[in-house]
Formats: sequence, C-alpha cells, structure tokens
Amino acid sequence: MSTTDRRLSSSYHAPMHWVLALVVLFAGLQGCSNDSKELVKEPAAVGGPTLLRRITESQYRSSIATIFGPEVPVVARFERPLRAHGLIAVGTSEAGISPFAMEQYDIAAQGVADFILAPENRASYLPCVPAEGSSIERECASAFIDRYGPLLFRRPLSDEQRERYLGIIESGTAHLGDFYQGLRYALVGMMTAPEFLLRIERAVEDPDRPFLRQLDSYSKAARLSFFLNNTTPDIQLLQAAATGELEDEQGLLKQVDRLLASPNFEFALRAFFRDMLEFELFDDLAKDSEIYPAFNSEVAADAQEQTLRDIIRTLMTENGDYRHIFTLAETDMTRALGVIYRQPVTPRDGWERVPLSADGSRIGIQSHVSFLALHAHPGRSSPTLRGEALRNIFLCQEVPDPPPDVNFSAIQDTSNAAMPTARERLSAHNTEPACAGCHKVMDPVGLALENYDGLGAFRERENNALIDATGFLDGMSYEDAHGLALALETHPETPRCLVEKLYRFGVGRDTVWKERAYMDYLISLFEQAEYRVPALMRIIATSENFFAITPFENEGQDRLWVSTNKRGGIDS
Amino acid sequence: MSDITRRGFLRGSLRGAAIGVGLPLLDCLLDNSGKAFAATGKRLPVRFGTWVWGCGFIPELWIPKQVGTEFTLPAHLAPLKPYQDQMALLSGFDVKLDGVPNKPHVTGCFGLRTGIPVPDYKVKAPTLDVLISDQIGDTRFRSLEVCSAGIERSYSYRDAGSPNPSETSPLTLYHRIFGAGFQDPNAMEFTPDPRYMVHASVLSATGEERRKLMREVGAHDRQRLDEYFTALREIEQKMALQLEAPAPVENFVIPNAPPATTIDSEVENVMENHRLMADLLARALQCNQTRVFNMLFSDTASNLRRPGSSSTHHTLTHEEPVDPELGFQREVAWFAEKSMVACGEFLDALSAIPEGDGTLLDNCLVLAHSDCSIAKSHAVEGIPTMIVGRAGGRVRTGFHIAGKGDPISRIGLTVQQAMGLPIERWGTLGMETNRVITDLLV
Repeated sequence: MSTTDRRLSSSYHAPMHWVLALVVLFAGLQGCSNDSKELVKEPAAVGGPTLLRRITESQYRSSIATIFGPEVPVVARFERPLRAHGLIAVGTSEAGISPFAMEQYDIAAQGVADFILAPENRASYLPCVPAEGSSIERECASAFIDRYGPLLFRRPLSDEQRERYLGIIESGTAHLGDFYQGLRYALVGMMTAPEFLLRIERAVEDPDRPFLRQLDSYSKAARLSFFLNNTTPDIQLLQAAATGELEDEQGLLKQVDRLLASPNFEFALRAFFRDMLEFELFDDLAKDSEIYPAFNSEVAADAQEQTLRDIIRTLMTENGDYRHIFTLAETDMTRALGVIYRQPVTPRDGWERVPLSADGSRIGIQSHVSFLALHAHPGRSSPTLRGEALRNIFLCQEVPDPPPDVNFSAIQDTSNAAMPTARERLSAHNTEPACAGCHKVMDPVGLALENYDGLGAFRERENNALIDATGFLDGMSYEDAHGLALALETHPETPRCLVEKLYRFGVGRDTVWKERAYMDYLISLFEQAEYRVPALMRIIATSENFFAITPFENEGQDRLWVSTNKRGGIDS
Repeated sequence: MSDITRRGFLRGSLRGAAIGVGLPLLDCLLDNSGKAFAATGKRLPVRFGTWVWGCGFIPELWIPKQVGTEFTLPAHLAPLKPYQDQMALLSGFDVKLDGVPNKPHVTGCFGLRTGIPVPDYKVKAPTLDVLISDQIGDTRFRSLEVCSAGIERSYSYRDAGSPNPSETSPLTLYHRIFGAGFQDPNAMEFTPDPRYMVHASVLSATGEERRKLMREVGAHDRQRLDEYFTALREIEQKMALQLEAPAPVENFVIPNAPPATTIDSEVENVMENHRLMADLLARALQCNQTRVFNMLFSDTASNLRRPGSSSTHHTLTHEEPVDPELGFQREVAWFAEKSMVACGEFLDALSAIPEGDGTLLDNCLVLAHSDCSIAKSHAVEGIPTMIVGRAGGRVRTGFHIAGKGDPISRIGLTVQQAMGLPIERWGTLGMETNRVITDLLV
C-alpha cells in the first residue's frame, strides 16, 4: 500500500460520514485495478520557507477560547488585516505590527488577565489555591506558568522564559503587594510576547529527504491546528508534538481526523471563506440611505452569515460538492434580509430556510446580498466590480489595474437618457482599445448580475429601460444570472482555484512554480473525492509538502551557518 | 527657578506619594515672550501633521496667478483666506514616476510621502510622518491617525506590512485619548501608579527575547520582528511616561465627550465628524498626548457623496462631463471646494487654542496635500500641496511657489529638515533630491 492510499483509506476514527464516504470511494477505486483513474502519488515535496505569521483577529479570539474558555471576553479593536495574493492568510506572513496594534494587544491582554484573576473567577483558572496573603507562592506561580505558558506559546517555554515570567510574578507581587497582581502581569507579558502574537515557524532536518527540511513538531502542530480548527493547538495536540506522534504517519492521521471531527472545524471553514470572500470589506461598506433605505448594519451582518451558513451546510453538514455553492436554490434568511430578497420570513428573530427567489431564477452564493452589495458602489451596481470580483475570488484570475490616464468622459452619468443601463454606459469601455482588454473580461461576467441593484435587490429595469443580462464567461454564454451560475459551477478553474486558495490559506504563502505538480495532484484527488472540501483539507494536511521546508531560502546568514555546520557533522 | 525640573518633582515619589502642582506655577513657567517654559528651558513643542484630501483640484480655481507674497486666492482657496499669511502654497511639484506604473490615487500619494513612487500599497520606505515621529514623537502616542470619511485606512506606514490604521469615530478617538490612561496635566495632585512600573518592566523583559529571535528568523522576517519590538518599546515608553507628572498646560481643559455620530461617507456627516475629530486632535496636541498626526479628510479615491446620489466624488471625476460653459466638471468642483472648506475648519480648530503668545497652529507644521492633480487623468504632476503653520518659527509662510515640475520630494525633504531631522537627501531616482525649498526654511 502506498503512502497515499493508506492516507486516503484510513479508517482511523472515521468520525464523520464524509470520511467514511471517502473510504468507500477509494475502496471502490482500488477494487478495480483496470480503472483508468489510478491513485495519484504525491509528487516529491517542494516546500517553502519557514514563516513568521501574525495571528488574525479570529485566531486570537479562538485561541483565548481554546486556552481559557469561550466565556473569557476579548475586548480590543483589531486593525484591518493585510491581504496579499488574494488572502488575509497570506497577508499574515507579510504583516507587521503597528504601534496601534500593539496598544490594542496590550489592552486585550489586560482585559483577559483581569477577567481570569477577578476574585469571583480566579478559582476556575488557577491550577492551585494560594494561601491568603501578599507574598509570592513560588509553587503556585510555577504551576500557573506551566499551565498557560506552553498553550500560549504553542511549545514548551525555555528555561530562560520560564524564569523570566516567574521573575515578573515575583517582582509584581513585591511591588504591588498582591500575588494576583504578579500573576496578572506575567499573563499580560505572555500574551503580548512575540511567541503568542506571531506564529514563529521553526524547521529541522528531514531524515528522509536530505535536500529538504521540515517543520519541527510544534510548528507542525500549529500549522495543522490553525488550518483545520482556526485556533491554537490544544493540550492533546501539543502532547502529540511532544511525544513525536506527529512524526509518525499513523499518529499524524489520528490527530488530523481528530481536528476534522472537532466542532472547531466549522470555524476553520468559516475563517477560510470569510477570507476568500473578502468579508472584512464589510467594515468599510457604506450604502446611500436614500437610494437603499433597507441597508443597515443588521443587513450587513446577516448577509455575511447567510452566505457562510449556506456554505457550511453544503460543504460540511451535507458533505456536498463544492461547485454546488454556485447553484444553491435554497438559502437561510432573516427578516432583515427578506426585505431585500422580497421573501417572507416567518420567525421574528432567527433564520428560516427559504427559496432564494420565488421563481428559482436566483441561485448560488454569487447572487447573495453579501456578494452583490460588497462589489458595487454606494449608490449603484457595478458590473465591472462584480465581474472582477467573480474572476478574482472564484476563478483566481487577476485583472490588472486600469491604465491611469483614461478618458472616461464617454461614460455619462446614470441620468443620461441616451444610456439608461450600465450596459450602454460600459459599451464605451469595450470600444476604447486601452480599456477593452480588461473590460471585456470583467463586464460580460458582471452584466449577468445587472438584474440586481447595488444592494442586491431584484430589478427588471434601470431608468425604465429593460435590463439585458446576457453575458459570457470564458466561452460559455448565457442569458441571465442563472446561466452565469451554471457557468461558474462547470468552469474548470472553479475547483482549481479553491484548491490553490485553500492550500495557500494553510501554508500562509503564495504557491510557487515548482509546486504545480503538487497542485495537479491535489486537484486530481479533489476531483476523485467528488469535490468534497473536508476530504481535500484532509489530503492537504497529511501531504508531505504541507510540512516541507526549503533549505535556507529566505533565511538569514546565521541560520545558514549554523545549519551547514550541523550538516557537516561538526555539531552532531 | 532654574533648578526646578519635572523629574525633580518626582524624585523618590514612586510608591504613591502625592505631588501638588499649584496652578499659579504656570505663569512663572512661561518666560516673558511666552515662547518657552522658563523653568525647564524647553520651548513650546513643535508638532507635525498631514491633512489629506482625495481627488486633487480644479487647477484654475486653486492655483494663484501670481507667485511670491503678493497673491490673490482663487475661488477654491477662499475658505482659507484667514490663513493666507500662515500658509505656503506649493503648486507644480511633480511625483516623478521613473517608469513605475501609476496606480490611480495611490502612487502619487505615496510618492509624495515616501519619496519613492510605488505601483501599489507596498511602500519602499517609511512615510515622512513616521520618520518625523521617530524624531519628535516622545509622547504618550507616537502619532494619531484619524479619518473622517468612515474608512480605517491611513497613508502612514512604517513598512508595507504595517500601516497605521485611522480612527473613524469621534467618540472612539475621544476615549482613546482622554479615557483610561489620560492624566490631566493641570491636576492639582499627581500620584504615580506603581502598576505602570510593573507593566513597563514586563514589556522590557519581553524585549530581552529580541536578540535570540532575530537569529531564528529569515532576513525579511527580521524587519517585521524588529517592528514588533519597536512597537513594544513604544508601549513600554508610554508606561514610563505615565510615571512622570505631566507638564502643566496653559488654557487646557479636558474636552467633553463628543456625541455618537453617523460614520459614513455622506458629505455632511463627514464634515461633522471631521470638525469633532479636529477639535479632539487639537486638544490632544495641546496637552502633549501626541506631536504627530495624520488626518485623512477623504480617501485619495474620494468616497464622499451627497445623499441620494448614485455617484461618489471619485466616480464623478471620471464620469461627469465637462461643463462646456465653465470648462470644468461642475459636481467635481463642488467636492473640491468642499475639501478646502474642511481644511479651513481644521485650521480653525488648531488656531482656536491659544498657546504662548499665539495659537497652537503657530507651533504646528501641517502638510496638506492630495494624491493627484487632475483626478480624471490621475495626473501625479502638480499635486496640490500646502504648508500651514510656522512650526514654532522654523518655517516661513505667506507665499505661493510654483514648482515648475521639480520633484515633489523637495517638499518632503524641506519639511523633514524643518522638523529637525538630520537629513540632506531624500527620495530615489528622479525623486532623489538634496535641494530644500529655501524660501520655506527660516
């Protein structure tokens, strides 16, 4: 049995029905040896550099919940994340920390520490009961550090670090006359330390591949945990790292399946799709209240949640085909959203499953308010913005910036009677050579969504003229948004783009040219797994390339020197 | 009096001893000219800030016909009439692209602010406000970033990965400055809180990790790690500052909390939020909470809009036909003029605060600029720029200079020198310059 098929047909845990489905699928494939669809072998690992990744807001919050409990409040204002290569997850490898961010991390840390050490709460969080008094309890202080230090730093503390935080407890207690104050500042110290706020990946030699390195066990644990659970490694995972379990194939599979079965898996999927769908842009989204009186912050929040619920239901609960998210006819709706979709919603509060449109013409998440309103102007729709976003987000096709010096005067204002709809106004782009190159790839895609206004409500006419929603996408032409949905569903780049983004999300960097064979490998397994996303994530998390680290590229001189020495056997 | 120092007040008082600072002391701290604290020998601090508006201008309504000191303000500068003597108008200075693709509304802005044009948001050098704050930002906040148009962005970057986000709500800004951690400079008593000392020592202990971690990461990440430790050090210094009694400030009263306002890009809401935030910022500058600020009135691709209109200022620049009679875009001109009205209101806030024998504005250097000249074509040649305030007597104002196509980095270089930075040369390639604008420097 090859490495690959052992991974795919593992019956370990089989915690969810989609894992079982995968087993059945591959058992079937194996039974038929003449089948043309032979199991694909993972190509030789390529890997990338070790990264320094800033944890995201949602990872910060979920880490606190994992370490201390979901009841602990995180009160801070997190700055807008940086996006790189289409993902915030990749941006985390480029983002620095501004003084504002540090100020907020400091505030958040104090809030958490205050909550945990509040007289009414401390008993539930402290590993020991210190005697009454103002003096330091060395044993209790050590127990406190040993309990929370490794969870916060995602690896055991060095002796030096341990002594440092014990010292803080000691001096804090002495200066402030209160042992709990000492603990408070040690916790603030750990929560503002680089080891907590940044995921500092470390690599070790790879005994099986002399020309590659791999992440060390604790860095592996972090990569797995954030990828599959969007949170910091829990105690079990840290133990698996400590005992070397993660270095063993079966051990790794066991942990991966445990994480996939965890309730946190949903948060990972949500984090990924929020990132992919650029939902952080909602924070800056403004709509003109005279033109779109139905828009408010409740709508903005519900619109995002609607899309995420549909995605989670399809991909996780039903373990369905990823491509189906573009053609879902049903959706979850609230009353606030119902106003825009013109759909009656029974419950006063909460969600109800309803058809996306009465006549079934509106299907898929790209026809949701979360997409249509986000990629539009404050007072009107934008076929160009929508077309660009569709290509960028779902097909990984980047459209270049417009040339700076363009004569836009041909595009008249919306009230111009000669050009009542966006199609006429944009036709100027397609005749102007400098514009046509890009607009021809954006506008026909976006024009199919013109039956939805700048907020996402259906309309038949713009300025009293009937809207023509025909369009085409990479050789597929269609009559309306329904046709666009089918085109997206069957587009060969649709699954490929998801694979690439999901992998980049996991490793925190752009894919490199040398990884194209690995990408092909993932894509063919994704296809064999009938485009099931949890199965794809399992394949990625157990692949060798996921943990592989290139030797010394992008690394500093010191590191190079130390490691070369080791390789020469001087150190060992 | 000369041996009274702020630290002297504090000596040995860390463990909670109260220190009384009598108000009459204030008068004797100011020397006769009102320019310096006689007791400390410190001059009134000089502050630096940028005020940014998007989508440029209508040249014929903004550029004075005359250069030099005798100039008539064109229509769009009329709102700045009260400040004519306190400002230097700088027209005709260019961002030199050197073949770098011009990303609309971004390249020009960063070219002006970093001396290096970039085709995206990835700045190749810190923006000049950050360079200046490194020199003078020895205050509770290194700098304050504020945006009145409802977006969190700023054009203040230490590095491409760490933009300084803007505050968008007057109320949040108020709480950040005057909420927890604020010490009334004129309080009768000062009690240093020993918790700040413990807190500072915690952060300082974390700083000990620096050397070890720097060895463990790659070259690119070292810079980012360094940013982390710089930010950490700033918080630590902030804690240390909390242990000193703040210097008394004449004519200062803690402002009231502003009302909750609507935060969006509708122009009247923006104007209101801008006024409230300008006032808070002026107060923060007055009582030494910061010496550097960046106020973004409207984003460079200006998102301002009028209620009920399906167009924004930015989309109008591209779509509105030129009025054949006026010779420019009528609606765009409305927004361009509104931007100058807002600029005037910002200066009103600074000049409303008396300081020494003048106003706060006299001790500020405000660099007001846009991202492009003619927004329709995204031209980065002749980006409208103004310097307002005399920086405590360090710069000359009251004139109009035509740059005649000189690199706009000359402005950045001059401003940095005025703020005391020891730099002779700034910018790269076509933007590299060692020529200060001598008319500006005293």
